[in-house]
Amino acid sequence: MLPGGVDPHAHPAFLRHHFESVAQQREAASFGMWVFLLTEIMFFGGMFAAYLIFRNWYHPAFVAGSNTLDITLGTTNTAVLIFSSFTMAMAVYSAEMRRKGQLILFLLCTIVLGLVFLGIKGVEWHEKYVEHHVPGMGFSIQDFVHPTNPKAIPLAPDMAEKTQIYFSLYFAMTGMHALHMVIGVSLLFFLVALASRGAYTEGHIMPIENFGLYWHFVDIIWIFLFPLLYLISRYR
Amino acid sequence: MSHISPVLWQFLVHWLKQFAIFPPEASTIAPYADALYFALVGMTITGLVLVSSMVLIFSIRYSKDRHPEAVQIEGSTLLEATWTLIPLGIFLVFFVWGALLYFRIFNAPPDSMNVYVVGKQWMWKVEHPGGQHEIDALHIPVGRPIQVTLISQDVFHSFSIPAFRVKREAIPGRYTTVYFQAKTPGKYHLFCTQYCGTQHSGMIGWVYAMTPEDYRAWAAGSTSGASLAQNGERLFASMGCNACHSGDAAARGPSLANIYNSRIRLADGSTMVASEAYLRDSILNPSTHVPAGYAPIMPTYQGQISEDGLIDLVEYIKSLDSNYRVQQMMNKSEISSAQEAPVGNTAPAQGVAKP
Amino acid sequence: MSTIVSLPDQATAKLPRKSYLNEEYGIKSWLLTGDHKRIAMLYLMSITFFFVIGGMLAGLIRLELLTPPSDLMATDTYNKVFSMHGIIMIFLFLVPSVPATIGNFLIPLMVGAKDLAFPKINLLSWYLYVIGGIIILAAMVLGGVDTGWTFTTPLSTHYLNTHVVTAAMGIFFAGFSSIFTGLNFIVTVHRMRCPGMTWFRLPLFVWGHYATSIIMILGTPVLAITLVLVALERTINIGVFDPTKGGDPLLFQHLFWFYSHPAVYIMILPGMAVISEVISTFSRKRVFGYTAVAFSSVAIAVFGFLVWEHHMFIMGVSQYSALVFSLLTMLVAVPSAIKIFNWSMTLYKGSITFETPMLYAFGFIGLFTIGGLTGIFLATLGMDIHLTETYFIVAHFHFVMVGGMLMAYLAGIHFWWPKMTGRMYPEGISKVSAIVTFIGFIVTFFPQFLLGYLGMPRRYAAYPPDFQVLNVFSTAGASILGIGYLLPMLYLPWSLIYGKIAGNNPWQATGLEWQIQSPPLTENFTEIPVMDHEAYDYEWLANKTQHEVQTVG
Repeated sequence: MLPGGVDPHAHPAFLRHHFESVAQQREAASFGMWVFLLTEIMFFGGMFAAYLIFRNWYHPAFVAGSNTLDITLGTTNTAVLIFSSFTMAMAVYSAEMRRKGQLILFLLCTIVLGLVFLGIKGVEWHEKYVEHHVPGMGFSIQDFVHPTNPKAIPLAPDMAEKTQIYFSLYFAMTGMHALHMVIGVSLLFFLVALASRGAYTEGHIMPIENFGLYWHFVDIIWIFLFPLLYLISRYR
Repeated sequence: MSHISPVLWQFLVHWLKQFAIFPPEASTIAPYADALYFALVGMTITGLVLVSSMVLIFSIRYSKDRHPEAVQIEGSTLLEATWTLIPLGIFLVFFVWGALLYFRIFNAPPDSMNVYVVGKQWMWKVEHPGGQHEIDALHIPVGRPIQVTLISQDVFHSFSIPAFRVKREAIPGRYTTVYFQAKTPGKYHLFCTQYCGTQHSGMIGWVYAMTPEDYRAWAAGSTSGASLAQNGERLFASMGCNACHSGDAAARGPSLANIYNSRIRLADGSTMVASEAYLRDSILNPSTHVPAGYAPIMPTYQGQISEDGLIDLVEYIKSLDSNYRVQQMMNKSEISSAQEAPVGNTAPAQGVAKP
Repeated sequence: MSTIVSLPDQATAKLPRKSYLNEEYGIKSWLLTGDHKRIAMLYLMSITFFFVIGGMLAGLIRLELLTPPSDLMATDTYNKVFSMHGIIMIFLFLVPSVPATIGNFLIPLMVGAKDLAFPKINLLSWYLYVIGGIIILAAMVLGGVDTGWTFTTPLSTHYLNTHVVTAAMGIFFAGFSSIFTGLNFIVTVHRMRCPGMTWFRLPLFVWGHYATSIIMILGTPVLAITLVLVALERTINIGVFDPTKGGDPLLFQHLFWFYSHPAVYIMILPGMAVISEVISTFSRKRVFGYTAVAFSSVAIAVFGFLVWEHHMFIMGVSQYSALVFSLLTMLVAVPSAIKIFNWSMTLYKGSITFETPMLYAFGFIGLFTIGGLTGIFLATLGMDIHLTETYFIVAHFHFVMVGGMLMAYLAGIHFWWPKMTGRMYPEGISKVSAIVTFIGFIVTFFPQFLLGYLGMPRRYAAYPPDFQVLNVFSTAGASILGIGYLLPMLYLPWSLIYGKIAGNNPWQATGLEWQIQSPPLTENFTEIPVMDHEAYDYEWLANKTQHEVQTVG
């Protein structure tokens, strides 16, 4: 359900002409969003299936690959994203309470937190690039065969090769997740612009509510990605 | 008849001569496959006749002219149950029938003669145990179970012999097998049926089923001089495998004598049977299945040995029933001497697989 | 109450003064429309365009196969031609064919809604389709792609230097177009039904599309991510499907067929949905076993997700998993059999007439029965070994897709043509073309079953001369079939201007869509209808007609 397209014959203004009532419109929009999220689950599902198989086959490589990730940054990002879900939930609440200023504030908070997440993710990716851990971009297995970290267990060269699979999945999964974040943040700018015109504080909260569902979904994907990618058999 | 153009006429004659609706039954499995096929065709015809006669009879009997007013009928649970359960029953019969055949075709009897086939864009390379190499051709004796072990060097291929009713994909990176026993001598089509790129339709060849005598003559006449295991032995020495796999108690690598088909305890506590696939995988990805008691120090040979070389090595390891020859190899510094090593009782005779 | 139906006298019928077609004029009013009927028309035109291209490619294939050597074109060209034929026909024709045109047009009408739930997403879906189509055409024009429509790795990722990524991107867009159509249908069926329209009063057309939509939204995203991984593998070598890097090409097969097997049900279920309507209308009788037919659609959608491995029986999967998937495949065949028997029984004690849609529907029943039962050959493990990857499989899926779906599509187009355009198609020539199509189809594809059992592999540009005779038959049939498809493309546009005026309900059918003017108003219903009778209630219709006659006369 996209905003706009106001039909002058119907009341209230945001009720689209082909719906019988506001309740029907609201239910349809919400149901549509849930169905869309099902699609999204299947989209990520393909990668999770690949992850499951390769993690079983090449467990040592996955452990070694996982252990090169920065757990502090990962945890920070998890916290940032959970907090952004909170601000988003507050934004939905504000829209329900018809508090325009508060709504804009919380949406802006969510934007900032989303950008912080993407920033940290960017730092982490850059780190991987410097370490030659990006598949297809000068990937090198040196760190796994002769690790500089004294706590790391060296891998046999053939197993070290398999870390490339781990990193492929790492980049594919976090990349797809980040793409969803980018789309989310762009939509947020759009929502802020419309919210400042008072579009969502007059009872028409569906776009905010649906966006909230999307944002929480992206958050939940990360909640799965974090342990699967960062927390495989950490040292100690 | 003179009105028919000569070309068309010729074509018709040609057609009548060539007409066939099923390929020759040249393997022991073919009659079984054909029996299943005809049963399935029978089912299809029965179903089709049933449905089309219903449609036809009702169309005539209840056309608007004869039957101007429709009688509204809700449905019938009994009928629904009938046409749910009867087709289900029939389909399940075919399920069991087909499954039996499938297991038969894909599980060779233990006394089969093994032939390796490597698929590559766009040819079939056949490696007989006795060292005969063929391209796009496969010579086999009739009356003897043959197991074909397939692997692909690049993309998916599929090894199909319609006259034998068998087919199996050749997959990059893993062995697959198919089994058949030819029964009629002759020359049969060999196709690649999995689309594999530009010259896919050129990846065809012939299977020559020969009488055992002819086959022996052919095998003797076309050997390259060294069996697969002998080639493998040479490779084993030149790659320096014997440095670690010497069979000594103190050696860094496990002894390979009698390892084939034995149950191996792995470092992670699980056990595995040392099949061809295991042996191949242990050369390319040694650290995935490290045997208990050994450090994962073996380097990978990925990219250093061709699929043919791997087959040679696997055959060599399969033929090892003592470490005597490996140790002998170590005593001689020159590789060439290994080539001249007498063919021991461990190497298979030409054209005949090790039992 | 007598239910004798006499077709209305069309001489007195008039075109309505106002309809969705003349509500607004100008290209912009079409390209920015939110009206599901106009979007359906846009889809109709675009999929016809792609069907023509796909069909011409099919003609080239048959022409090449007339003679054993690859003499008409080089093997490389042939590979590109059959790949593009598959990609265009599957992703740009069969998947959107009935749902995006007829379904788009009718689902709101049938559930008594003014539009689909999300008109803008519906329009977006058409744009995504067009973008996808243009990208695929671009891939073809720039030099083509020769992976086959199955994109088998590692062939598609490392061994070809054609426009694989471009084609994959096009399919990615077309896939999202299909997801959005499915999403719209599901929400519309759940939330937009008119008062009194319970689930078991829905026409079976809607049930069929509901089942289809479930597959669209759950299956298509898996294809999307798989194609993304293929593109990444190709461009930056990520190694997930590459055996030399430890990846697994069989994983690609699993992911690909997880979508692409259910996708065949995306292609056939809407066709079955059309057939239910057509058979009921022209035998003036409620569909026999309504609930069985409705639930069999859902059963097909559910079981359809659990059978993908039957495309990989000879690919080195575990023999025990092959057993399981063979068994499940047998189960999925049962609901289709249920449908066939219910349609046949619907004719029993009906009052049957033989208009063009009914002829196509009879064609569907016959050809789909063959197509479906030959599917059992392929589900039977031991038989599949010999038949898979040969022309048998080509014949099998063409019987289902072309003999089944395309027949159903044409049945649907003819059946609802009066509703869509307000005018009748010419009955005589359309009957001829239905019969020509049927004959052409049999001659084209039946020999391919025999070729398959003889062992002729599919996707061969050149083949051994032993197979020529049957190939000549097939090519001859294809030219007849071509005429069968050409005729509707000529007389249907002709009928837009010269066709007889149809009137509201030329077939005296019971669906809600037939109770309103043809072509409908933009808002479909002046007031939202109340469904006070079962689906296919011919007594209700007769009552209503009599009432109208009494009040008017």
